[in-house]
Amino acid sequence: MRGRLPALGSLAVVAVVLAVLPFVLSDYNTYLAAEVGIFFVAVLGLNILTGYTGQISIGHGAFMAIGGYTTAVMSRDHHTNLIVTMLLAFAFCFVVGLLFGLPALRLSGAYLALATFALAISVPLLTDQWSTYLGGTSGVQSSETKSNLWIYGAAWTASAVLFLLAWLILRGRVGRAFRAVRDSEIAATASGVEIGIYKTLAFGISAAFCGVAGALYVMASNGFAQPDEFSVLLSLQLLIGAAVAGLGSLWGVLAGAAFVGLLPNISTSVPVVGNDHGRDVVYGLLVILVMLVLPGGFAGLLARVRSLVRT
Amino acid sequence: MERLKAADLGQIVTGAFLLAGAIFLLVGCLESSNFATYTVQGVGVGMTYGSLALALVLIYQATHVINFAQGELAMLTTFIAYQFTKWGLSYWEAFSVTLAIAFVLGTVLQVTVIRPVQHRSVIATVIVTVGLFLVIDGVVNWIWGGQFQTLPLAFGFSSWDVGGVFIEKYYVGMVVVVLVSLTAVWALFRFTKLGLAMRAAALRPAAASLAGVRVDVMLAIGWGLAAVLGAVAGLMTQASPLSSLDPAFMQPVLVYAFAAAALGGLESPAGAVVGGVAIGTFLTLLVGYVPQISSDLQLPLAFAVILVVLLIKPSGLLGRRQVERV
Repeated sequence: MRGRLPALGSLAVVAVVLAVLPFVLSDYNTYLAAEVGIFFVAVLGLNILTGYTGQISIGHGAFMAIGGYTTAVMSRDHHTNLIVTMLLAFAFCFVVGLLFGLPALRLSGAYLALATFALAISVPLLTDQWSTYLGGTSGVQSSETKSNLWIYGAAWTASAVLFLLAWLILRGRVGRAFRAVRDSEIAATASGVEIGIYKTLAFGISAAFCGVAGALYVMASNGFAQPDEFSVLLSLQLLIGAAVAGLGSLWGVLAGAAFVGLLPNISTSVPVVGNDHGRDVVYGLLVILVMLVLPGGFAGLLARVRSLVRT
Repeated sequence: MERLKAADLGQIVTGAFLLAGAIFLLVGCLESSNFATYTVQGVGVGMTYGSLALALVLIYQATHVINFAQGELAMLTTFIAYQFTKWGLSYWEAFSVTLAIAFVLGTVLQVTVIRPVQHRSVIATVIVTVGLFLVIDGVVNWIWGGQFQTLPLAFGFSSWDVGGVFIEKYYVGMVVVVLVSLTAVWALFRFTKLGLAMRAAALRPAAASLAGVRVDVMLAIGWGLAAVLGAVAGLMTQASPLSSLDPAFMQPVLVYAFAAAALGGLESPAGAVVGGVAIGTFLTLLVGYVPQISSDLQLPLAFAVILVVLLIKPSGLLGRRQVERV
């Protein structure tokens, strides 16, 4: 029990800071903080797949797109409550993730990367194909828009709920199976772990998390779902976030989410690189730098600092 | 014995499949002049896909990493060639200088940013290439973006009239240039000591280094060669008057190269080239003959191909099944 105290302590600190933040921040900064919350959900989900199960995905932006369009379409056609649409996005993306995971479980490594990349490219283009229903390039407008404060609250509440869910999933039998698959598929099979089932399950769970993130993402852009917002770049950002996060740490996922959520906005204000292209260069360089300097991501850095403090 | 037969059967089926495709194309070309035009176009662009796919395969074979920056690297070198022509070099002078620069650029990138992470994990290395993608994209947009520019056409604009069929010279030129560079790379790997050392370093790094091969140097040279093949792909993509010199022009080509590499098998250099030509002709004919399929749908279609192939034959058409030892 004593071992859990620091973890509970840091949870409490994060919760208090998040509760106070909206009273301190300006409206625009509240919006940025909500954006970080959205990426928190997505990076948390992707981390279950890449970090715990060791499967790469360069296509989880596609699940954000599916979740986002679920929200926008349900809101436009049925005036569904946006909280309910988040649950729908979760359920729908879980099913789609499982269905995609079924064939994907036969692939590994680079081939899986290619297949998921295919997903990232194809899904936004499909909106054009079913443009009568999905609005084509002009997108889908949901029936209501919410204030930045509302989105902030929704994003971080969803983060808290899903963080709890992830913890419950990962601490037990399922989490052990995920890690076994990551460390060695052959050894996992030999120990009686059905690797197919667990890979698919990990894919479904991470897709569901990203679906919720996508629903929030659409709400944050004034309830407007557009194919351009779910480009390949979004999928790459999620992967970068998961890499920055490292493994198994709340602080890591927070750092990863802040990295991808805030960095594009911060570096625009740097005077020397005041344009979009300069921002891309800085972003890319930082990504490379993080990978070179922090092998275990932010979580690995924390672990190293902790062991230094102890000795 | 049983398993050997199964492997042979797979190869025979693949061979028969490719032969049937070739016969289909040949008969079609003899029957219809439209079909012949589409086929020449498809083989031309397919060759550029194949060249970039081969670049991906070279790097994949050595380090089991897919280089997501390969297309952007090719785009950068094409812009460098553009700059040289603007400074007054002729097209082919710029072409050769650019290939040399591409080689240096590839090796330097491998040594500076890839080498430190390549032993850590595949995911880390892939993310570094994603970072490179962003950096190169930003740099090129910064320097050359936002203005209209064209590279001189390598083979002009004219076409030959062969028995009523118009064959554009630039597609033929693309095929010839790519074939020459592929042959050069093949000869390097097949007949030189350097090529032998590179193959050894890719196949059995530990054993190769015990035999005195400097594996790190070989990997760097591999990246250089891949960058050269990419530069050829980029420059030849621009040899068609249909394409414009825009910083995003290699992104769809990279996607088709991915499809080609997956189709042929990431382990198989010949498969990459065959896959590129197959994807190029298939998509060109499809878009030409089925009006419902817009060129926007080409990308998802290429990936539908990938998914189907990977489901039926997870190691690609010409790839070998990996058997892991415990």
